Amino acid sequence: MKTNYQYLRTEEAPILPPPATQSGIMGWLWQNMFSSMVQFHNVGAAIRSLLMIALTVVLAYAGFNTIVSLVQFAFIDAVWSDPDGLKRGVCTTVDQGGIATSQVGACWPYVGAKFKTIVYGAYPTEELWRVDIVFALLAVGIVWLVLENTPGRKLVGISMLTVFPVIALILLTGGHFEIEAQTFVIMAIVGLGGVALWVLGRNGGLGAFIEAFSAMFLLAGVTSLALLVAAFATSIDFGLVEVETSLWGGLLVTLVVALTGIAASLPLGVLFALGRRSEMPLIRYLSVGFIEFWRGVPLITVLFMSSVMLPMFLPGTEYQVDELGQTVLDAEGKPVILSEGWDFDKLLRALIGVALFSAAYMAEVIRGGLQAIPKGQYEGAMALGLSYGQMTQLIVLPQALKIVIPGIVNTFIGLFKDTTLVLIIGIFDLLGAIQSSFTDSSWATPTTNATGYLVCALIFFVFCFGMSRYSVYLEHKLDTGHKS
Amino acid sequence: MANRNNAGIGRLIYDQKFRSIFFQVLVAVALIAFVAWIADNTLSNIDAQEKKKGFGFLEDTAGFQILNTLGTAITDYTPGVSTYWDVFVTGVANTLVVAFLGVIAATAIGFVMGIFRLSNNAILKGFSTVYVEVLRNVPLLLQLFFWYFFVLRAMPDARSRIQLWGEEVGINITGLYAPAPQPQEGFGWVWLALAVAVVGGILFSNYAKKLQAETGKQLPVLWTQVGLIIGLPLITYWVMGSPLEWEYPTFNETGPIFKRGFGDTGLVLIPEMIAVWLALSLYTASFIAEIVRAGIMAVPKGQSEASSALGLKPNVALRMVIIPQAMRVIVPPLTSQYLNLTKNSSLSVAIAYPDVVSVFAGTALNQVGQEIEMVFMMMMVYLTVSLSTSIFMNWFNGRIKLVER
Repeated sequence: MKTNYQYLRTEEAPILPPPATQSGIMGWLWQNMFSSMVQFHNVGAAIRSLLMIALTVVLAYAGFNTIVSLVQFAFIDAVWSDPDGLKRGVCTTVDQGGIATSQVGACWPYVGAKFKTIVYGAYPTEELWRVDIVFALLAVGIVWLVLENTPGRKLVGISMLTVFPVIALILLTGGHFEIEAQTFVIMAIVGLGGVALWVLGRNGGLGAFIEAFSAMFLLAGVTSLALLVAAFATSIDFGLVEVETSLWGGLLVTLVVALTGIAASLPLGVLFALGRRSEMPLIRYLSVGFIEFWRGVPLITVLFMSSVMLPMFLPGTEYQVDELGQTVLDAEGKPVILSEGWDFDKLLRALIGVALFSAAYMAEVIRGGLQAIPKGQYEGAMALGLSYGQMTQLIVLPQALKIVIPGIVNTFIGLFKDTTLVLIIGIFDLLGAIQSSFTDSSWATPTTNATGYLVCALIFFVFCFGMSRYSVYLEHKLDTGHKS
Repeated sequence: MANRNNAGIGRLIYDQKFRSIFFQVLVAVALIAFVAWIADNTLSNIDAQEKKKGFGFLEDTAGFQILNTLGTAITDYTPGVSTYWDVFVTGVANTLVVAFLGVIAATAIGFVMGIFRLSNNAILKGFSTVYVEVLRNVPLLLQLFFWYFFVLRAMPDARSRIQLWGEEVGINITGLYAPAPQPQEGFGWVWLALAVAVVGGILFSNYAKKLQAETGKQLPVLWTQVGLIIGLPLITYWVMGSPLEWEYPTFNETGPIFKRGFGDTGLVLIPEMIAVWLALSLYTASFIAEIVRAGIMAVPKGQSEASSALGLKPNVALRMVIIPQAMRVIVPPLTSQYLNLTKNSSLSVAIAYPDVVSVFAGTALNQVGQEIEMVFMMMMVYLTVSLSTSIFMNWFNGRIKLVER
């Protein structure tokens, strides 16, 4: 039955464009800007809208102003080159004794002149290639690990944690350490003994006691042998000039402190995180005490402690004393030394402090991962008859560490920024190098400070922002969607 | 394999209890040996360097000058008269003052920035995004140097000033000068009135809750409380004849050159303190902003939809539904930010703001030379603050956490 209704429409309605408030630039502006400012239907909304307008105007003005003055400072008014070698003259106005005709912005030639200090500190110029090799190895290693699908990632990762530090140590310091023969002998005995006990005893060949602890013997043996190899490598004379750590500085020190901190804090952090969840009360309380102590005090006090207290804790030089309490002198009039004191390098002391400090933070991050693992995983592992060591190594840690990778990266960002504090105990890191370059009167201009701080802030920003983006990326990638 | 069934030690080592005791004894012995070794080294080092031991130095007089701050006002610090204990107290007071001010400012800025980041206004959002990303990715020490060496050192010299608010508030390289409140006789009554108002407000809200539970009637609790807390002290203040005077800073523009500049009157904030305060609060605010944003986003959208379905007005829904749930997520990380701020206040040693690290572990340590005792005391200050804040926050968390049945 077909009927023609006059009021029934026969053709389809035309497709209307979306309302102006929904599409295009105007729509975006409306939705993201003005929609919060035009509600005047009652007094409260009107007040809110007015406030919003005022705030928007003020913030837009402040933001615009900041950007304009930054661009003005860093590009438009900046001095780019110093062809005549005038140093401070090129960045100062005629009134201030320079050649610039108007107020200058950033003084980039200063950065160029101080580039070596900013990156390497006082490291001898003819030896800089050694630092460059370390930087290059580091960059290659990190890119290798960050990029996916690169071959041999696991191998590269392990060598970055084991071989790279030794190479870096030899290149940066020059190697050729004086290590006493007995140290080698002890390490060799412990190493070979440990491995031998493991080989012979793992199947019960040397009695149940040895069998029960065979994993520990293996661990001790392998660690000892690895240390032996490292010690041997650092004691070889490669013909490199020795460079004292007091000459290191700038970005080099920043990277050394941050990377040592993170590398040392990972194993320590795992140990203390496991300790905090241990069922043995003594181990648990010790771990809690360690973690809470380091987390409760600021890094500066830790650095103070490592620089002034640590030498007190370690054996000092002992001199031979006669019955009257007088120091015995030898033929040359020098006191006779019974035993050498442990004289630690200043940088090494700071590194110890940083490592312990970051280990406590790392332990808390890793504990978060351990807690996130369902109880069934532990029970399953135990039901399979795995020992504590096997369970931890094969079941728990791989899952826990994977969960906390973003947390580890965040800890690293914090540590990286905190390395600046070493300048307070007199080690010249990146910020320290820049701060100390201000005292150079040949580059003293009104904008030197600002330029230096800008460069320093930019370097840190690039590193930290890059890492935080990477951690966000990892978080998305590792999010398997199983979280409840 | 046969050995496993042997009696004696062979069986004992597979006993979990035995193994756990064995390990703990091993660790305890190693730890005691380690501590004893350190103690022995330390004692012989102290003897070798002929240093004093113990805390007797705290009663010696300290001869050095400390910048005038609230801390020196509390201990009435005078070089040559005050003891090292006074130095310690001065340092602790300065640390606590700057941490307290920093916490307040950081919370305010952080909450504002966090809410801005969730705004649908692109300018507000963009501003706070840039703020957060820049400030938290640049080291605090660099920011501190920026504020101190770049901004505050660039202020006019001691003979001139920038007028921020007419004659009353001005700033130059020696600090920020503002009127100082001078409570006169009878001002104590205003404090008393404030205390009464706070107690009254709490009692009133309890009564209103009870009334609502019994009869369903709602009383305007918030406005009554605001009225009480503002009104009562104001009335008392007026009744007592305005017992508060302001001491204005004076500024000599003429006269002999060495007498020009700000006088001794008024409230002075030294530039070191302003720099530490600014750097700490702006830096920490960038972390708090992220925490606030995460906390608000953690409240499911269904909660606000359900509130409006129940007929709650938007501001009531915000106050009664959204904020309490967001706070539950916000409070724990907020606490650790407060602790971080307190610990980071130790950075003030870099610009010589007289906090506990700077005056006690810095200047005083150089004069006394008893590293162990002094670094220990300094660490105990931070540990005490950290642990007591943790305890308080655990209590607070327990109060606001979800009651599950």
